[in-house]
Amino acid sequence: MTIYIPTPLRPFAAGNDTVEVTAATVAGALDQLTQAHPDLRKHLFTSEGKVRAFVNLYLNDEDVRYLPAKEETAISPNDTLSIIPSIAGGTS
Amino acid sequence: MSVLHLSKAVYDAIRAHGEETYPHECCGALLGQSTPDGWRINLSVKAGNTRTDSAHNRYQISPGELVRIEREARKQGLSIGGFYHSHPDHPAQWSSTDLAEAHWLGCSYVITAVAQGKAILTNSFLLAGETEEDRRFELETIEVTE
Repeated sequence: MTIYIPTPLRPFAAGNDTVEVTAATVAGALDQLTQAHPDLRKHLFTSEGKVRAFVNLYLNDEDVRYLPAKEETAISPNDTLSIIPSIAGGTS
Repeated sequence: MSVLHLSKAVYDAIRAHGEETYPHECCGALLGQSTPDGWRINLSVKAGNTRTDSAHNRYQISPGELVRIEREARKQGLSIGGFYHSHPDHPAQWSSTDLAEAHWLGCSYVITAVAQGKAILTNSFLLAGETEEDRRFELETIEVTE
């Protein structure tokens, strides 16, 4: 599958905007990604190994948080995984 | 100090967006290319503010919309280089909320102060740092090009 790397994480993925991995699940894909680019790990996961709250994962057009199997969702070679940090803010 | 290069069309568009949504905050993405000289932004994309519960002082772009924006950017050979939002009747300075919610390291956060419906000042802040723990906003120069 293809993993799309957002702008702020590209420096930690050797400058790549996409990374190809072969895995059975979303979790497996993330594992392969961080094995290939270990510097990404601290940006994606907490010290307890959970995906950071502000990191959104989209399997094709679906938010992985809302998929029944979440990160254990099975993937196929033509799927895409987008990593999108959240955007919010405001005054005060 | 880093420099954010904005086309005149983008500069005008993001200020107009702030006036359009006043007294609510507007928000959107800035698309362009990273150069050794800083981000060169030649396209802005309006986004919906999902914080309808408190739109006068909060903004949030839905991640699904961000995915679509990034997908379109890639098709055009562009990257998301930053985001913009407005501060209705509030200075064009980043707030503690802005910093707490900022996670796009190396990207520009552009803020336009809109007073009584009129865009008065636009500032840009680079989210500097290497990690979540040492991230900080640094004021950057906005250079508007025709």
